[in-house]
Amino acid sequence: MSYIIDRRLNAKKKSTVNRQRFLRRYRKHIKRAVEEAVNQRSIRDIDQGGQVTIPSRDISEPVFHHGDGGQRKRVYPGNKEFVEGDEFRRPQGGGGGGAGKGKASNQGEGMDDFTFNINQDEFLDFLFEGLELPYMVKKKLRDATQFETRRAGFTSSGSPEKLHIVRSLRAAHARRIALSGSDRKRIRELKKELWSLEDNMTDPETKARCDALRAEIEDLEKKVRRMPFIDDFDLKFNNLVRIPVPSSKAVMFCVMDVSGSMTQAIKDMAKRFFLLLYLFLTRNYKQIEVVFIRHHTHAKEVDEEEFFYSRETGGTIVSSALTLTGDVIRDRYPAGDWNIYVAQASDGDNWDGDSDSCRQILINRVLPHVQYYAYVEITTGPHQNLWLEYERVREAFPETFAMHQIEEASDIYPVFRKLFARKMEGAA
Amino acid sequence: MSATKKKQKQPLSTGSEWTFELIEAYDREIGRLAGEFGLDTYPNQIEVITSEQMMDAYSSVGMPLNYNHWSFGKQFVETEQRYKRGQMGLAYEIVINSDPCIAYLMEENTMTMQALVIAHACYGHNSFFKGNYLFQTWTDATAIIDYLLFAKKYITDCEERYGSENVEELLDSCHALMNYGVNRYKRPKPITADEERKRQQAREEYIQRHLNELWNTIPHKDAPEAAQEIHFPKEPEENILYFIEKNAPLLEPWQREVVRIVRKVSQYFYPQKQTQVMNEGWACFWHYNLLHGLYDEGLVTDGFMMEFLHSHSSVVYQPPFDSPYFSGINPYTLGYNMMQDIRRICERPTDEDREWFPELAGTPWLEAMHYAMHNYKDESFIQQYLSPTLIRELKLFTIMDDAESPTLKVSAIHNETGYRRIREDLSAQYNLGNREPNIQVYNVNVRGDRSLTLRHYMYNNQPLGESADEVLKHLHRLWGFDVHLESVKPDGTVCAQHHCPPREVLETL
Repeated sequence: MSYIIDRRLNAKKKSTVNRQRFLRRYRKHIKRAVEEAVNQRSIRDIDQGGQVTIPSRDISEPVFHHGDGGQRKRVYPGNKEFVEGDEFRRPQGGGGGGAGKGKASNQGEGMDDFTFNINQDEFLDFLFEGLELPYMVKKKLRDATQFETRRAGFTSSGSPEKLHIVRSLRAAHARRIALSGSDRKRIRELKKELWSLEDNMTDPETKARCDALRAEIEDLEKKVRRMPFIDDFDLKFNNLVRIPVPSSKAVMFCVMDVSGSMTQAIKDMAKRFFLLLYLFLTRNYKQIEVVFIRHHTHAKEVDEEEFFYSRETGGTIVSSALTLTGDVIRDRYPAGDWNIYVAQASDGDNWDGDSDSCRQILINRVLPHVQYYAYVEITTGPHQNLWLEYERVREAFPETFAMHQIEEASDIYPVFRKLFARKMEGAA
Repeated sequence: MSATKKKQKQPLSTGSEWTFELIEAYDREIGRLAGEFGLDTYPNQIEVITSEQMMDAYSSVGMPLNYNHWSFGKQFVETEQRYKRGQMGLAYEIVINSDPCIAYLMEENTMTMQALVIAHACYGHNSFFKGNYLFQTWTDATAIIDYLLFAKKYITDCEERYGSENVEELLDSCHALMNYGVNRYKRPKPITADEERKRQQAREEYIQRHLNELWNTIPHKDAPEAAQEIHFPKEPEENILYFIEKNAPLLEPWQREVVRIVRKVSQYFYPQKQTQVMNEGWACFWHYNLLHGLYDEGLVTDGFMMEFLHSHSSVVYQPPFDSPYFSGINPYTLGYNMMQDIRRICERPTDEDREWFPELAGTPWLEAMHYAMHNYKDESFIQQYLSPTLIRELKLFTIMDDAESPTLKVSAIHNETGYRRIREDLSAQYNLGNREPNIQVYNVNVRGDRSLTLRHYMYNNQPLGESADEVLKHLHRLWGFDVHLESVKPDGTVCAQHHCPPREVLETL
């Protein structure tokens, strides 16, 4: 006797728990691999999953086993030329030689490192582990303009497409049982009586009684049958309510200096930084818009390609970009609806007289509206007056303004982590 | 096989696609043939699964459910990785020693493969599970699924109550000693003990737990000095996890229960480790014969047989020792050939067979096979049934590897003087007691520092591998006091010692 069962539709991902435990246990190794990957990868595939390698000695589960030494006999198949008493040198390192090899390879000696892949989500989890977007709370229900429809039980009125059939029929069933209860009870009693009388049908009196009973039973059964199968007040409808939700929209401003002093290498670093921020935002918000603003002496809103790859020369006036940012925020991204993040990258050059107005614009027009403003200065030289002015901004807005210096590509990820480290007390 | 028999019936199927109706039809026919051969099986539960589910099953040691542990996750990750890269194929089936006997069929298989798997697993392995003495005495097929369900729930509850980290550490330690969680030499009590016996055991355990000898520190009046020599346990205990469960001084009750769970699971798998050659050999023998039976009746097509024979011959292929694919003796090859050989000896014995197997030659083969299946494990099966014919066929030879000597020596080959020695050597190779170091609980320093001493009884002077110190750390975690491990030569001299915590540290203190 055999039972044949189709299990293919059973719940998938049965091993997820164990897999997660495994990842948790080797979190240190994985994090290191992720960090290396971020620093080495090209920009385009920075958000792919990744390969993680763990030295097999760190991962092995120890058991008692025999080590090398002592006498051991092993039987092998496929003898070709050996005769009893042959002696030969011990083969080194296993490779096809035969004796002793089968044993060594399953005891963890000379085994490869343990390598496996993590997928994109896991990769990003590790990449952004311990980071948080500061002050997401601010946009809580305060000026909620978005609503979400959620289920909220059942109601007895509604439009036909929301009809809940199972509950409606259940209610109808319950009503039929409840309303016909007394009648059915009476039917049962009458039937019992009828059966007891049916035994001696010879007596005409009994016969008459039987007929009366039958008639009554029939009447009652008709009555029960007349009960409507489904009635208006049986109907149940799904109840949906609209509740306000915090804005899940974010806009990210990428502000970059493209003056002559910014080389392609510096721009690449800036791009990586922007990319990390973008990935990070995608994990927290459903919908993200990106605004690219580049500037030399004038600021201009451009598309991505132009932002990163076209070159222009000229002086540098940072305030032009900040003014434009302020304008765009005012015109297109009202702070009530949008979570606004600004990331600015520059090599620190600015026209001397401009830095002071940069501070003014930031403090008056930009910072009051944004969630977070991150400034990275990509330079190996000494700080110039822009940095000094920005330091004063930081003092004024320690919660929303952060700045940091990047010297080389490998600094990007650590700096990013610093800027978004959980629980920021004063920026960076 | 009598291939000349007339074909009377229509083939069950002609294409390679399977359907549930076809699986049912094949199962019915194969089951009928198996019944004619006297294969006694548990009812079958055939489950069709996807490759992902197969990997799940792989990583929970083949069981349909198991408690959660990171090592199973590691196994899963590894399997998945290798499968995706094409480094390994998944097994065509997994079969579980339970009642009903659960067999997994992969949906990717062709109809031929499904039929092969049904014959192999649902009738071959299944009848072995039901018939072999080791499985009968050591495992309880009806209870295993329920027990695993209980174990999983219990461990989940422990994780909630005591933190998953604590449970994980404990399981790590138990897993390190898992191979030492079985009674090797002592037969367990009959599994089908009635409720009364179980209750009694529970009471005994209760008493044992609350009258722990190690805590008995009340000094005896006038205790003679010689009492210091008392050994605890009185006899060396081979089942280290059992000893820990019953005697470790610092474990909480829930920890003892977890140790017990690991021990029970280990015990359940113990027969499988000892009957791999026989089990696979038996299953291969029967899939071969059952499917040929179908062919003889005309129930399967020539194309079916071609595909089947192709799979069959790759399963029972033995690469020679110098091939890059060689990874030890293939248990399928050895088992299958030995099973076929028994039949040959019964049906067409040569003079040599009559001399070597007087009690077998010329007797009815089916009875002889069933007798062998019921009453042997790999070690004794090889010792009893490996014939000179097969040794010649496989060209077996023994290599003697003595660490003292700079060279390896061929100590026996397939000739008149070598047959018996090869048979003994191969049999010894499948003796679990030789494969794993023999380590037993030797003594507890009851009156002193409560340190636990294990003894490793050396086999052929083989020392312990380098992971011994790591395992001792785990044992130390379970025991709670110092742990020592001594390697002892047969003449009683101690030739190597391991300590946890390491001795040097102790001496500097």
